[in-house]
Amino acid sequence: MRTPDDLRYAKTHEWARKDDDGTVVVGITDFAQDQLGDVVFVELPEVGRKVAKGDTVAVIESVKTASDIYAPMSGEVVAVNTALESRPETINESPYEEGWLFSLAPSSVAEYDELLDAQAYGSTLEEG
Amino acid sequence: MLRTPLHQKHQELGARLVEFAGYEMPLHYKGGINEEHLAVRSGAGVFDVSHMAEVRVSGPEATAFLAYATLNDPAKLKLGRGHYNMLPNESGGVIDDLYVYREGEDEYLVVANAANRQPVVTHLHRLAQGREVTVVDETDDWALIAVQGPSAALLLDRLVEPDLTEVKRNGTVDAEVSGVPVRLSRTGYTGEDGFEVFVRPADAEAVWDVVVSAGATPCGLGARDTLRLEAGFPLYGHELTERTNPLCTDFAWVVKDKPFFGREAMWGRDCGRRLVGIRMVDRAIPRQGYRVLDRDRNAVGEVSSGTLSPLTRESIGFAWVDVAHAEPGSRLWVEVRGRPMAAVVVKPPFHQR
Repeated sequence: MRTPDDLRYAKTHEWARKDDDGTVVVGITDFAQDQLGDVVFVELPEVGRKVAKGDTVAVIESVKTASDIYAPMSGEVVAVNTALESRPETINESPYEEGWLFSLAPSSVAEYDELLDAQAYGSTLEEG
Repeated sequence: MLRTPLHQKHQELGARLVEFAGYEMPLHYKGGINEEHLAVRSGAGVFDVSHMAEVRVSGPEATAFLAYATLNDPAKLKLGRGHYNMLPNESGGVIDDLYVYREGEDEYLVVANAANRQPVVTHLHRLAQGREVTVVDETDDWALIAVQGPSAALLLDRLVEPDLTEVKRNGTVDAEVSGVPVRLSRTGYTGEDGFEVFVRPADAEAVWDVVVSAGATPCGLGARDTLRLEAGFPLYGHELTERTNPLCTDFAWVVKDKPFFGREAMWGRDCGRRLVGIRMVDRAIPRQGYRVLDRDRNAVGEVSSGTLSPLTRESIGFAWVDVAHAEPGSRLWVEVRGRPMAAVVVKPPFHQR
């Protein structure tokens, strides 16, 4: 189960990556995609939408169920991964790279530091 | 949780195991549901369905008893053949859908859904009171392996002596696989050709191994569900329940014009709603419980099952809808997360047009 060290994580299995331009890219973890099974459908937020940390911002549907995805930080959605519309399985294949969901212009940089680091997130997985 | 005789195999194959009807069952194996679904549509898949319930009904009155207790007519079943059937309740609904096999003049094997084992056995025992009929729950005496797909018959034919091309749909034949006695039934729940293999629990692993070695792809309950839905088959607890009248579905042919338990409540009733197939037009997946709306956003039905077909990539499902909206071609909307998403009524199967 991959949990890259250079990312931050939420307990609800989203990861966040701060890019050079200050935007934060968000996706779901390898653990999450494995739990979901084959992803067949992704509902992404609209560009321009303002979200608060913890808001339901996207929905990922696998063959059997729909799962809510929560904003790990507050901010405005500046980009979404439209490639997922035609290839939702990219999330299973490459959850940390090509399977990114959306990116935010964060309203509070401090919230990034509030997220779990790789080790702390890894521990939550062991707790089961 | 209960385990089938093939549990070890599922673990060895790295299955994702989930609870289903009290059993620990594989949802899918390492390839995933999509890959397994496609394997069945293009080649051969193998499923452990040993969790299903088997009930032996025998005795001088067995035929008359089953003719009364079920909707189809076992008196018309020839020896060595099976048919699709349902168990009616007294209020116009069904307790389960089942397969009934005729093994002798007065001997039948009833195969029911795992989740309904207790209600089915209890109901049959109750109805059998005062009749010369013996009802025996044989669930633990059987393992059941389904081999399904266009290549399934060929695959199995190479493993057995009898010529399987001679076995008609719904027919059965006794054979040996890997030196082990099996009964093969040309039946299935996927919409493809294939056989269901009845085998003793102690011999199940041997049969599984040889079928997998011969090239069948192990498939779990996830693919079993997407396959049956795409093929237009109902799932008890979704399309069929204690409150649904089979005469209001495309499976009305199961209900024969003869005396049967609960006929008063079922026969000749007006259908307020009918079971229909739906295909989404807007991008969304219909799920059990989602409301179905008309163009004015009035509730006119409810989704009973839904998924995204791994084969056609279309979102498909079943819904019970008011008869005014049940004609194929009717435009409907499925309420998905609060928003009406356009759909159209279609007649299954979904993957063949």
